Amino acid sequence: MTQVLLETHGLTVRFGGHVAVDAVSCAFHAGELTAIVGPNGAGKTTFFNLISGQIPASAGRVDLEGDDISRLSVSERCRRGLGRAFQLTNLFPGLSVLENVRLAIQAHRGAGRSLLTMADSHHALTTEAMAVLERVRLDRLRDQPVNALSHGNQRKLEVAMLIALDPRVYMFDEPTAGMSVDEAPVVLDLIAELKAERDRTILLVEHKMDVIRTLADRIIVLHNGALVADGEPGAVMASDVVQEAYMGKELADV
Amino acid sequence: MIMKLLSGDTPRSKILTLVLLAIFLCLALAPFLFPGVRSLDTAARIAIFIVLAASYDLLLGYTGVVSFAHTMFFGIGAYGVGLASQHMGRGYSALIVGSLSGALLAAALAFVIALFSLRVRAIFFAMITLAVASAVAVLVSQLSWLTGGEDGFTFRIPRELGPALRLGEFAGVKINGKLVNYYLIFTLSLILFLIMLRVVNSPFGRVLQAIRENDFRAEAIGYRVVWYRTVATCLSAAIAALAGSLFAIWLRYVGPDTTLSFAIMLDLLLMVVIGGMGTIYGAAIGATLLVLAQTYLQDLMGSAAAATEAIPLLSRLLDPDRWLLWLGVLFILSVYFFPTGIVGRLRAGK
Repeated sequence: MTQVLLETHGLTVRFGGHVAVDAVSCAFHAGELTAIVGPNGAGKTTFFNLISGQIPASAGRVDLEGDDISRLSVSERCRRGLGRAFQLTNLFPGLSVLENVRLAIQAHRGAGRSLLTMADSHHALTTEAMAVLERVRLDRLRDQPVNALSHGNQRKLEVAMLIALDPRVYMFDEPTAGMSVDEAPVVLDLIAELKAERDRTILLVEHKMDVIRTLADRIIVLHNGALVADGEPGAVMASDVVQEAYMGKELADV
Repeated sequence: MIMKLLSGDTPRSKILTLVLLAIFLCLALAPFLFPGVRSLDTAARIAIFIVLAASYDLLLGYTGVVSFAHTMFFGIGAYGVGLASQHMGRGYSALIVGSLSGALLAAALAFVIALFSLRVRAIFFAMITLAVASAVAVLVSQLSWLTGGEDGFTFRIPRELGPALRLGEFAGVKINGKLVNYYLIFTLSLILFLIMLRVVNSPFGRVLQAIRENDFRAEAIGYRVVWYRTVATCLSAAIAALAGSLFAIWLRYVGPDTTLSFAIMLDLLLMVVIGGMGTIYGAAIGATLLVLAQTYLQDLMGSAAAATEAIPLLSRLLDPDRWLLWLGVLFILSVYFFPTGIVGRLRAGK
């Protein structure tokens, strides 16, 4: 776990007088799965938005594999290997399941600028997209339009789109939120598989403690936008600052 | 072979296939099926407006960008051919130079507009196109030394494309230059249409659809949305200009009313919406219906009014002067009953 893939330096964003993310400095290593926890409104998703570029930072910077990416556009950051799945499902609703994933593969392979070839003749893209769909068990729904999918399947597709990008840094924002008990394991197993590949880093915003316990190598705790704890899951969960600031009773009962 | 030509995008509905085939055959054989100057003129207009409406659909239906400058690009192509023919003298080189420079100018202008406005927000683009299109329309009507002002101007095209050329008769139809001209326009329109069908089914076309569905996510998976929107805008403008060039070659005349007016812009919107946005084929059906309605509804109503002369109120309502009223009623009904357009309705109901 020596190589640092992603690092934030004093990352800050202010909305008016409100500091949503407050000088967060943190390094994320290859092969490491970091769970980001904190109460609602702690700035977890905003922290993600700063890293992936949806919101410009007020101060501080983000380094990806040693290069400052703070000035780059969202799409450029993605092309450099920063992949993000969204908390609220964020797909191409009128297109088919296969087309959604194929678009992600096509973006990753840089094939989107071909104007006069037929999309369906790019068989390699389709094959690759189908392989990803099999991993999330959506291959049988390939021709369904996305807006006809159940919520759980849309969440799976959301994860499939991220895997299709084959990024160096995976960012999952509550990937199993709203999923049924039988559906969630598919996604969690997948995250475990990605972790086993060891050359990527995974950031996971998650509320479910059992998920964190099984998957996370490390926990960072955000509270009012500031990083208040960082370390191994056992130690962080037991620490006073976390007990008081955030989890309090909930964790004490576990 | 046919699948390749259609880029694998079949009509996906039996009725739709039949309708499209009928339009294609009627246009391909128009001079023989419907002899007469007026019907040939209608057929040529249909062919040209199919291309124009399809190029607008590329922008509106596939990319989700609303533009009010499409007739401006159409006009640029038309004036390109007109001015080139006027200043270079009649000849094919004037037609080619005029068409190509018109298309290039249209693409360049679209690029500048896109650069200034697409970065900000798509609605901005709609407003800017409206402003630029109005400015150009005023400019064209004021610069009468160059453009002939409101009257426009006629110009001469190669003799082989005009009625002066006589080649004899076939199946009772006079084969003359006008017929050659018609087939030139038909063939080029068909090629442009197939090119657009290919573009929307290419990887690029899929990205456009993704941007229409969710531009935020398209950017997040690594597509530079502004770049794609800009290229689509330029491409659509260039094809609109080429359609304008064809129209000018057909009419041997250019003027603000035939190429730049906002009435045409509205017609275009209606063609795309009634046919079905984001389908390309919808443009073909919408354009055919609208051009036919504009040309023949008045005649139809004239005969209907004559037939109902005895009934007081009805004959008044059916007076040919009321044709716009009925066209309006037809539009409202079709939008009400086919919210996804004719193509959308037919595909859903297969």
